[in-house]
Amino acid sequence: MWLIKMAWKNIWRNRNRTVITMSSIFFAVILSVLTMSLQWGAFDNLVKNVVSFYTGYIQVHKAGYWDEQILDNSFEAEDTLGKRILANENISGISPRLESFALVSAGDITKGCLIMGVDPEREDKVTRLKEKLTRGDYLEADDNAVLVAEGLAQKLKLGVSDTIVLISQGYHGATAAGKYGIKGIARFGSPDLNERMLVMPLGLAQDMFSAYGMATTYVLSIDDPKELQSTVARIRSVLGNNYEVMSWEDIMPDIKQHIKRDTNNMKYISGILYMLICFGIFGTLLMMMVERKFEMGMLVAIGMKKSKLIFLSLLESVFTVVIGCTLGIAASIPIVYYFSKRPIRFGGSTAEAFSRFGFEPIFPTSTDAFIFINQGIIVFVIGLVLSLYPTYVIIRLNPIAAMKR
Amino acid sequence: MEKSKAIIDAHNVSKIYNPETIPVYAVNNVHLHIDEGEFTALVGPSGSGKTTLLNLIGGLDKTDSGNIYINGIDITRLSAGELINFRLMNIGFVFQSFNLIPVLTARENVEFIMLLQGTDKKARQQRVQQLFREIGLEDKIDSRPAQLSGGQQQRVAVARALASKPRFVLADEPTANLDSKSAANLLDVMELLNREEKMTFLFSTHDQRVIERARRVITLVDGAIASDVSATPVLQTTER
Repeated sequence: MWLIKMAWKNIWRNRNRTVITMSSIFFAVILSVLTMSLQWGAFDNLVKNVVSFYTGYIQVHKAGYWDEQILDNSFEAEDTLGKRILANENISGISPRLESFALVSAGDITKGCLIMGVDPEREDKVTRLKEKLTRGDYLEADDNAVLVAEGLAQKLKLGVSDTIVLISQGYHGATAAGKYGIKGIARFGSPDLNERMLVMPLGLAQDMFSAYGMATTYVLSIDDPKELQSTVARIRSVLGNNYEVMSWEDIMPDIKQHIKRDTNNMKYISGILYMLICFGIFGTLLMMMVERKFEMGMLVAIGMKKSKLIFLSLLESVFTVVIGCTLGIAASIPIVYYFSKRPIRFGGSTAEAFSRFGFEPIFPTSTDAFIFINQGIIVFVIGLVLSLYPTYVIIRLNPIAAMKR
Repeated sequence: MEKSKAIIDAHNVSKIYNPETIPVYAVNNVHLHIDEGEFTALVGPSGSGKTTLLNLIGGLDKTDSGNIYINGIDITRLSAGELINFRLMNIGFVFQSFNLIPVLTARENVEFIMLLQGTDKKARQQRVQQLFREIGLEDKIDSRPAQLSGGQQQRVAVARALASKPRFVLADEPTANLDSKSAANLLDVMELLNREEKMTFLFSTHDQRVIERARRVITLVDGAIASDVSATPVLQTTER
């Protein structure tokens, strides 16, 4: 107890030095927390945007569908199956889809397109489809009309209330054809989808493709994206081998790769930041050891065991680092929360590029508690590792040499 | 290991610097015998080996040859770790200056050595009160070292040296940085403690005021004892 008291007194013996050390730790923690929360926030935003394009967080198909995406690989979209999936923890929404390809024709123009039959209400909950609408109205479940992607509509030179003709192959080789009015025009973030997508109510698609009661995909939304992999594993175990359960990472491995690559690049920046922290702390430790060399020699001379002296110096380091870290974390919380509520917003051509891809041109911060804890622990460990220097000096301390002036 | 009933018994002690190039005999074949209750000054010109001999007796430095028995224990055979503990339990130190820990009060500085020894709180408090009474600084007990004069700081250092109830006190030039009055006060305190507590003092000094108060004066020249006289001022000693 008396060592703790003495360590506390010691850190305040040179108030300026202690304040400088604590300040360097304080600003280092704020900077590292802010850097990491911006990075994580940007990735979270990217994932949120990407999954809301089309894929959702998780998709369920009949086994083999992903390799051969044909209607014959569809499954019966029974209520019981949907309920079994929804019963799992972390699943917040489910939307059945019937997806296939067709030729779409208007006047003398014909294009290939991707048909997506959806339950309008449930699909909006999962992929925010309604927000993509730029003209016209959103679909109702019993509509005999379609939504056309903006790029496709331009190619076909069509607008709201115009009519299109679809022709394709239905379930088990049946002929699929129909004539539908355009209820709305939607803009999809992905340029590819924007050139090819056509959305219709699920019932209408099942009717056209003669795939009554069938679906090719269940698209799932989840509450906590961090629990993605465990949720996928759980659903896989519930559904068994007749279905394939894929996360957005399986569906779009290139995005996952991009995040991984960016995270690795960020490690170099973090490394430089941590190096600066190291120099800040080490500089003050060096000064402290020179300043107190005589006193430490005297303490060993009068009979203070080196182990006690080392413990005292470690306590001083712990106090300094813990106070610096705690204040840094406390100060970074409001900053991070501020930028999560009012994200940094891009302007100019960057903003236009983001908007063109359907992304909001913002750079939000992540408020994940792990970031604060993680950065706090990293800086704390740096402080402790650096305090091995005084330990080394004390182990080698010769009281006579230390007390020479 | 029992060799002598003397508190300090040094036999053929030598300390050589640069033994393989140009050897310098800091301490050269010294025999020294100090009994309980002595008040001894170690004098000599600069570089005569006073501080080195004190460091060897205090277990702060290693001899190159010879043995030093403290209360019958040969400290030249103790490891570095054992020596730290030995010093804590047996030897009180007073250095030339900067003796005190600046962040602790005078009381805490004196108590510090007893905390290292693991003395219980009640015993510590009693000992601190007694020592501050003896050094005449009861009114300064809660002052920080920076609030004390140099002489007062040295008196507190003496109190700290005695707090652990050591076998003897080693003082290296204790009055070197003090004015006449402070030096006299410090010597009064040391003499009082020597008398009241039967504490053995061995101090190195250049200071004539200290030498005059010593009851035994040992003169070192070139690391060897040149004279050793009792109850006589150093200026009137007989050269050996």
